[in-house]
Amino acid sequence: MSLPVQDPHTAYAELIKGLWRENPVFVQVLGMCPALAVTNTAVNGLAMGGATLFVLVMSSLLVSSLRRLIPKAVRISTYILIIATFVTVADYVLQALSPAVHRELGAFISLIVVNCIILGRQEAFASKNRVLPAIADAAGMGGGFTLALVILGGAREVLGKGALFGLPLFGESFEPWVVMILPPGGFLMLGAILLVFSYVAEARKRLAARLDQEAAE
Amino acid sequence: MSELAWIFVSALLVNNFTLSYFLGLCPFFGVSSRLDTAFRLGLANVFVLVITSLAAWALETFVLLHAPYLRLISFIVVIASTVQFVEMVIRKLSPALFRALGIFLPLITTNCAILALALFQTSRGYGLLQGLVFAVGAGLGLTLALVLMAGLREEARLSDIPAMVRGTAMNLLIAGILSLAFMGFAGLFSGTG
Repeated sequence: MSLPVQDPHTAYAELIKGLWRENPVFVQVLGMCPALAVTNTAVNGLAMGGATLFVLVMSSLLVSSLRRLIPKAVRISTYILIIATFVTVADYVLQALSPAVHRELGAFISLIVVNCIILGRQEAFASKNRVLPAIADAAGMGGGFTLALVILGGAREVLGKGALFGLPLFGESFEPWVVMILPPGGFLMLGAILLVFSYVAEARKRLAARLDQEAAE
Repeated sequence: MSELAWIFVSALLVNNFTLSYFLGLCPFFGVSSRLDTAFRLGLANVFVLVITSLAAWALETFVLLHAPYLRLISFIVVIASTVQFVEMVIRKLSPALFRALGIFLPLITTNCAILALALFQTSRGYGLLQGLVFAVGAGLGLTLALVLMAGLREEARLSDIPAMVRGTAMNLLIAGILSLAFMGFAGLFSGTG
């Protein structure tokens, strides 16, 4: 075959790892500013995640295609320029598509530029790999970021407003836990989620240790 | 005059950059394990924010009137290079100051608080003086949050906390409680209008 053979399993693996096992928010704890700032509802989380996914995939595509042309000494500035260009595009597109959401997210769409996940993926992955795995990696990380934001935003919206994606869940008698949609709620909710994660990790470790011990006996 | 005072106190306490806008969280969690480092990082932040405010004001007034869509790109490039330039000047003029703040400067430049200051300043239409007051208030606010966090973490190291909770989860919960406390400032100005 004249086409460069691309093992579908690698691209698939790059796509999957970002979604859960190396989830940028819950596991790597990166990109927290946008993850906490705009996630008071599931819709805002989805919009922010979608914009980040777009910027990440497009930047990875461009950085990976140009990886032999970008001089090493100025690579970071080049990545930032590329990212800033796509963020400007995303900003204007969102403003055109949904002015209400754009108003609510405010400056945080522009702040995608300084989201460390995006620059991190360019430096750690896109600049060293072919285009297809780079896009898969970007889509996985962006998807994982979106997933985390929707989970965070959804949980905060359910507790703080008694609704999900704007639909009321519990009826009139529900007394919302308002602090959850205010800034402290972001910190507390992400802290609680990470606590669950580390509890599960701890429980697994104990289980593995016990099984080892039983096997040894 | 009272407007400037309001901008200052609002950026410092009521709308604290870290605890109510979630800006600059990377250093807030990354560099807050020791009190003296946290304090110096905060001061370096004030310094960079003031430069940012000046640079953003100059760009907005003289350049971007003709090309608003270049705002983001030009902010980033100009802020990063100005900070680099000032860093070189300080290294030449005052090695002592450079040793105290220098290592933080490259780290801060890519911090979201810096870019956010430039964007907020622009979208609220602050002039030169208002921008500078805003920058100093926001910088001191970041310093305050960092120092509080570092102090709490130093205390937490000595107390009996389950190993499972230690680390990021604990830091987030501490930050949540701090943020709750700072919400108390929200009523500070409602009476005076």
